[in-house]
Amino acid sequence: MKIIKTFALGLTVAAASQMTFAADSGFDLKTVDPEADRIALQNYFKARFPESEISDYVNGIYAVDAGSREQWEELEEFPPYEFDVEKGEELFNTPFANGKGYADCFENGGIGIRHKFPYWSKEEGTVKTLEQEINECREDNGEKPLKWGKGEIAQVSAYMAWTSRDKVFDVQIPADDKRALAAYLDGKKFFYAKRGQLNLSCANCHVQGTNIRIRADLPSPQLGHVSHFPVFRSKWGALGTLHRRYSGCHKDSRSKPLKPQTETFRNLEYFQTYMSNGLIANGPGARK
Amino acid sequence: MRKLTTSLCAAGLMAMFTTAPAVADNHADQIALGKAVYMGKSRGNCISCHAIDDPDANLAGNQGPPTVAMKTRYPDKRKLRAQIWDATKNNPLTIMPPLGKHWILSEEEIDAVVEYIYQF
Ligand code: HEC
Ligand code: HEC
Repeated sequence: MKIIKTFALGLTVAAASQMTFAADSGFDLKTVDPEADRIALQNYFKARFPESEISDYVNGIYAVDAGSREQWEELEEFPPYEFDVEKGEELFNTPFANGKGYADCFENGGIGIRHKFPYWSKEEGTVKTLEQEINECREDNGEKPLKWGKGEIAQVSAYMAWTSRDKVFDVQIPADDKRALAAYLDGKKFFYAKRGQLNLSCANCHVQGTNIRIRADLPSPQLGHVSHFPVFRSKWGALGTLHRRYSGCHKDSRSKPLKPQTETFRNLEYFQTYMSNGLIANGPGARK
Repeated sequence: MRKLTTSLCAAGLMAMFTTAPAVADNHADQIALGKAVYMGKSRGNCISCHAIDDPDANLAGNQGPPTVAMKTRYPDKRKLRAQIWDATKNNPLTIMPPLGKHWILSEEEIDAVVEYIYQF
């Protein structure tokens, strides 16, 4: 069972020309053009769901599926993540053993900065995510890192997101560091590559398959995917981080997930967030 | 695991053959296996994408076309089997998993699901 499930069938990266749905530019460093990709994605969804406003895509599947939207609006009346935001604020403001705190590690004391993640760090030559820096802050101050998927890390991240609501994502890919574009390209390739026993790409479900039922599940549009994380999912009965969701989607397609916060998952987050440039941060969110 | 379930299944079928009268309906068993493949989440899970007019099919998805008029649309059964064995042949970007090529189903299971859907 294990063998079959995790059987590395090899990523069938189909010829770039075959993967171009909703991604207007190429799959190599010469031809990739993030801004063309972002506009192509918006146009793709505009054509598919002419009734939906682009700015509403921060609400995931509820932007395009009127049927489940009403239920969700009711859910949002008593937001299930409220307790987590409060808990996150408390954790955020509790000093570490050395007397310092999260506020000392971030720009502007950590308030109103969620939309600036992920970003390309020239010094470190890698994509940095908010959760990654939360744990680095802890370790730099002699505290143990938190588990990546849920619990306290999601709560601190939720509080930080809460203080950043309505700020606009504007992920940069600095032109003077070619490695940044390479990281974007890595994330983009990952998104479009078929993998696992079921031979599914993220795009299969979240571009092609958007708002079409897989049994009783409706996959959301990739546009706006990251805006509301961390998310409270009724199915989890708890708050979870973006990389936890990435793992879940891998399991659904019978492929072995990478570890949270590995380079490729951070590159995937970089690509996905770039796709949502121009949309607002609205985390934490609630989903069925 | 898959081998195990298949062999358990085969054992079950064999038990049925030995206890049933000599005129065991081979075809009915095959159809029953095909239906289990179609509906089973850990088997073909065809129902997650294809609606079918079987009273036991509920909450079918609609990623793919509904399973209707198979005989008319696929006079050549081998073409139908080939689509199920590897849907990426016709469309490399399809969301439909290559059920034979990726060893998701055994060859008997594919034959069985072909027989099952050929009735619709
Ligand atoms: C088999 C189909 C399938 C595949 C393949 C898949 N997903 Fe999903 N994904 C879903 C479904 C169904 C949901 C839950 C409904 C929804 O979209 O919120 C979901 C949810 C998500 C969400 C949360 C959306 C929200 O609004 O909270 C993100 C982000 C996501 N997927 C990203 C990915 C990425 C990245 C990949 C590839 C590594 C991927 N998915 C692969 C089906 C899939
Ligand atoms: C995750 C979704 C998914 C699953 C699971 C799936 N299919 Fe499909 N299927 C599709 C889609 C989408 C198409 C449309 C053709 C394409 O994409 O190239 C299709 C096409 C077909 C076709 C050809 C179109 C037609 O009706 O003439 C047949 C036959 C078929 N599927 C049978 C099956 C059977 C049998 C199973 C299970 C053993 C199955 N499918 C599982 C998504 C799926």
